[in-house]
Amino acid sequence: MGSVTATVAPPTDPNVTRWFRTFGAIVASGFRRHATYRQAAVAGVVTNTVFGFLRCYIFLAVAGAAGTVAGYDRAQLGTFVWAGQGLLAVIAIWGWTELADRIRTGEIASDLLRPVHPVTSYLATDLGRAGFASLARLLPPVVIGPFFFEVYLPRHWATPPLFALSVLLAVLGCFACRYLVNATAYWLQDVRGPMILWTLGSGVLAGLYFPLGFLPGWLEATLRYATPFPSLLQVPLDVLVEREPMPTELGLVGLQLGWAVLLLALCRLVQRRAEHRLVVQGG
Amino acid sequence: MNVIEMNGLRKEFTVRVKAGRLRREKRTVTAVDGVDLRVERGEMLGYIGPNGAGKSTTLKMLTGVLTPSAGHARVCGLRPVPDRTRLALRIGVVFGQRSQLWWDLPLRDSFALLRHVYRVPAGEHAARLARCRSLLDLDEFLDTPVRQLSLGQRMRGELTAALLHGPEVLFLDEPTIGLDVVSKQAVRGFLAELGRAGDTTLVLTTHDLADIERLCRRLVVIDHGQVVHDGSIAALHSRYGSRRMVVAELDAALPAPPVLPGAPVQRVEADGRRLVFALESASVAEVVAGLAGLATLRDISIVEPDIEEVVARLYRAPAEVG
Repeated sequence: MGSVTATVAPPTDPNVTRWFRTFGAIVASGFRRHATYRQAAVAGVVTNTVFGFLRCYIFLAVAGAAGTVAGYDRAQLGTFVWAGQGLLAVIAIWGWTELADRIRTGEIASDLLRPVHPVTSYLATDLGRAGFASLARLLPPVVIGPFFFEVYLPRHWATPPLFALSVLLAVLGCFACRYLVNATAYWLQDVRGPMILWTLGSGVLAGLYFPLGFLPGWLEATLRYATPFPSLLQVPLDVLVEREPMPTELGLVGLQLGWAVLLLALCRLVQRRAEHRLVVQGG
Repeated sequence: MNVIEMNGLRKEFTVRVKAGRLRREKRTVTAVDGVDLRVERGEMLGYIGPNGAGKSTTLKMLTGVLTPSAGHARVCGLRPVPDRTRLALRIGVVFGQRSQLWWDLPLRDSFALLRHVYRVPAGEHAARLARCRSLLDLDEFLDTPVRQLSLGQRMRGELTAALLHGPEVLFLDEPTIGLDVVSKQAVRGFLAELGRAGDTTLVLTTHDLADIERLCRRLVVIDHGQVVHDGSIAALHSRYGSRRMVVAELDAALPAPPVLPGAPVQRVEADGRRLVFALESASVAEVVAGLAGLATLRDISIVEPDIEEVVARLYRAPAEVG
């Protein structure tokens, strides 16, 4: 039995390398976990595509004969809708209640017994999930849309990498928002109320139901600079359709970075506060 | 050397109870009430108590999951709550009613992920996994997703997962709950072998006292958050007066129950043809010799004291028996 119980030998490689290796392994496991549910992915793609048609027809109707609305032309609206339908699953704006469920059932105790901070562990898993969604959920609507609608393709060489960075920051920000909503379960047990608020609020304020440019200028500016929501969906899509000049787009991505850092720090703070008053449900 | 130390460890929870149509009152419930305990390296400690006695709460404070309301604890020289992440590398925990494995992943992938999470060198991980695979017969379901495992298979997986990083202390919270006889035997056999090696300290909470009898030399009984017994199982029997019994089967009933010094008759059964004697000061030989002069003996059997009976008495009225 000696070989089973021998105490861990002190590792020889540097701390940072080991941290990244652990983080990478959890990301990979998140990818594999979500890749298990392929039929669910197919069902999601079909739903996103159907709603893509609906949204696209509505926006094009709003644009009307003039062909432009709120700074978007018809092609930009097409890209906004179809890339947005794909991004929905990548940022996973809705439907994630894993943390709240684990708090409610007491399974959170198992998470706390691992030598990785819960926020780090859930974030790494979420990045794996986003990686799988980028392949399985983002690509199909982006490929299908152009067959039926006019779409806008980026003209500036810097746009694709900036879009990729913006999506990554949107994933981080959205994860942090969802973590915070789920973490209310530490205090409330039942998160249906906060979850309904989040579902309604995020859909409207992130630019999913309509581009925030449709709103009056002062309201759009307030939402864009004073709340994290546009950073979750509207900003990456605006970057992709090159709605703003490049310096402004860089500024918006910088703002996304700021929100992501702030929200993740808030997650750690909330987690620390919660652990001090934690009651593990179910004995 | 003590690997676990608890001094006046206490945990209070605040619960809200209905006190009118709209009003709710705050009430404080003490789950663990000043527990002092020391556990030496390599010990196998049974930590038992009735439902709600504070067993699992104690374990959660020792593993850093719950913050104590008062008192101090040290595990492997670390403070469980502030040093939780470092402590996690040195302890293993198995919850019978919860899973530490990843629901969607095959067992093999869960183990591979744990290697990275606990930063275990590949060679050590492979050696420990090979050992667990052979002792716990994991091979037939190693590639099955955890969600598809039976309870017994999952528990074997949980035990392996808790040991792959070579913990110094293994906390087991009802590891045999819900298992069938064969799976229970497999888990007990594995833990017994682990205990025999002597380099892992085991703390076991359970309601199945056969686990304790099979595995633990030391037994701590907790009730209403307080330790009511700390010692060996034999000490528990002698403290609460549980005795061995001699069951004598006679050819024919005696006119009156015999009086044997140091072995009073406890029960008369089967129309007087079966007598049950409690061994107080007399030996089995003395009882047999005494009976042989009075009646024709058909059979004699010795019944060891029943730990469940003693513990049940302890749970029902700790003050009375203590």
